[in-house]
Amino acid sequence: MTTDIRTPAPPPPQAPKAQPGHLTSAKGTGRLGDKIFLGFSRGAGITLLVLMGAIAVFLTIRAVMALSKNEGNFFTTFEWNANSTPPVFGIAVLAFGTIVSSIIAMLIAVPIAVAIALFITHYAPRKLATPIAYVIDLLAAIPSIVYGLWGALFLVPHLTGVYKWLDSWLGWTVVFSYDGGAARSLMTVGILLAIMILPIITNVSREVFAQAPKMHEEAALALGATRWEVIRTAVLPFGRSGVISASMLGLGRALGETMAVATVLSPSAILSAKILEPGGGTFAQNIASAFKEAGEFGRDALIASGLVLFVITLLVNGAARLIIARRKEYSGANG
Amino acid sequence: MTATTMTPADRADHLGIHQPRLPKWGPAVIAAGSAAVAIAIGLVAGLQSKIQWGLIAAILFVIGQYVIASRVEGRRQAKDRLATALVWVAFLLAVVPLASLIYETIARGIKVLNGYFLTHSMNGVVTIQPGGGVYHALLGTIEQVAIATLIAAPIGLLTAIYLVEYGKGKLAKAVTFFVDVMTGIPSIVAGLFILSVWIMMLGFGYSGFAGSLALAILMMPTVVRSTEEMLKLVPNELREASYALGVPKWKTILKVVLPTSIGGITTGVMLSIARITGETAPLLLLVFGNPMINNNPFEGAQASLPLYIYEQWANGNEASYDRAWAAALVLIAFVMILNLVARGIARWKSPKTGR
Repeated sequence: MTTDIRTPAPPPPQAPKAQPGHLTSAKGTGRLGDKIFLGFSRGAGITLLVLMGAIAVFLTIRAVMALSKNEGNFFTTFEWNANSTPPVFGIAVLAFGTIVSSIIAMLIAVPIAVAIALFITHYAPRKLATPIAYVIDLLAAIPSIVYGLWGALFLVPHLTGVYKWLDSWLGWTVVFSYDGGAARSLMTVGILLAIMILPIITNVSREVFAQAPKMHEEAALALGATRWEVIRTAVLPFGRSGVISASMLGLGRALGETMAVATVLSPSAILSAKILEPGGGTFAQNIASAFKEAGEFGRDALIASGLVLFVITLLVNGAARLIIARRKEYSGANG
Repeated sequence: MTATTMTPADRADHLGIHQPRLPKWGPAVIAAGSAAVAIAIGLVAGLQSKIQWGLIAAILFVIGQYVIASRVEGRRQAKDRLATALVWVAFLLAVVPLASLIYETIARGIKVLNGYFLTHSMNGVVTIQPGGGVYHALLGTIEQVAIATLIAAPIGLLTAIYLVEYGKGKLAKAVTFFVDVMTGIPSIVAGLFILSVWIMMLGFGYSGFAGSLALAILMMPTVVRSTEEMLKLVPNELREASYALGVPKWKTILKVVLPTSIGGITTGVMLSIARITGETAPLLLLVFGNPMINNNPFEGAQASLPLYIYEQWANGNEASYDRAWAAALVLIAFVMILNLVARGIARWKSPKTGR
């Protein structure tokens, strides 16, 4: 007997509520006070838009200045020698490292985050669910530099054993070959990033799963479905787009993470498929590591790589937001 | 007739509609068993990493339960149990790093954390020797975050008011979309932007204020989002009542809408303060770090707590690691206290929704 009897079904997804504040004319009464107040608040909104535009414009100006003097091909050059004369730098290694570490992070984090979201909404005892959600929130509040410190001084030494084991079983695939050095590799970065983006994916997925129509779940239960079958037939299809956008928000985080990568990764200008071996780099990590030695021109070069990162994260986040926006009944994605 | 002596359960068995189930203690026993086997394997094979032991135990538990359940209960029930087991394992997998991180930070940080550490700077301290403290960094962080909040909170608040109370049409839609996108800007990009404008174009030097500008950019969208949510919770009846009394719209917002939602707004602002307090990347580019006390956020390089952790880690020796952990403990404590107080306020002054 399935004991998962819930409270009577709540009313179906709320009928569209009247937008607050829109009952009277949007302009107010036309008095002086109203005009001033509207001016201020609209000005603040415009400030934000201008800021976004300014970020794009200024980064582009600097990037163009850097690229005009670059002797290497920006997209295919491996090394980053912006201070040498002539300057030679390219983002091939950085782009590879950023994408690989983010993919690893997503492969680990998304299934676990979805499972935790299901755990909170459908499996955990009621009394446990709230504190667990709270703990996940706290996980999101821990600063990235602390994750980086923990990753470099605790995770790295503890992963060498796992990597040796992976090497002995899967070393023939080249991807998992490992010669036993410090585990300051893209794989470790990916694992650390997975831990860091877990909370945001969990939180957004949890909100979507909690909104799955109760009637559908109860109907499935009434047909004799097991709890897993209820989730598979009634909850997951409903939450699919939410999970996708949550994952993309997490991906945006992972792509731009700086300090955790800068502390854990041992960078080098090599592009290698051996993800357990040290080496490689990411956009953000390269900016943080190379900044102190960079001269005036070196900074321009770093800004050029920052612009690429900016565009990538903009596209990923924008896509995620569009998917969320398409689901009208779901709001408060980043609350 | 034997049927008369049958219990309902027996009858159900007889008719073939009662499925055998694993006893309630079944999963617990399987879990204990797989843990024991994993330890045995670990000892025999000489695996040093405890992570491996845990992984082996988890895999054994998931597989073992599936096999046993499918023998006893049938395939559908076994699948259900498999899903349950996987969900539990995923949850434990997520808790382990958190517990480890908190434990390591406290255990290693407590060593050098004392009154001296909190009230002294790194001025004249040789990095490979113990001693020194975080006073200069703590001061820098508080100043930078305070300035960032003074810039970001009013703009964020006004933007949210615009979106909820006035917002209609294309401008509001554009602002909403770009605020959402802005939350995803990598912190290092915000740092590069201020670097290119403030330091490289306008020619100002490294300073705490430059860092504050970048932090403000990171803070604005989160303030807008949380304030927006809170303003939407204010029941429309309150606004209508105010308009009915002839109160102009701007006064309604100031005297009715904002006071009703002030608790939630405060919470949102405090949570975003907690978030930017831990930001390191932009400060690395703009504040630069400084072992000495610099009281003036507008002039000269400053220190900051997250940056201090990074510098101590980069020194790469035991005494510096100790200081890094202690500073991490201070930072986590600071952020957690902000979080707890913010949530306390939210509970204490939760908006009256009137439903």
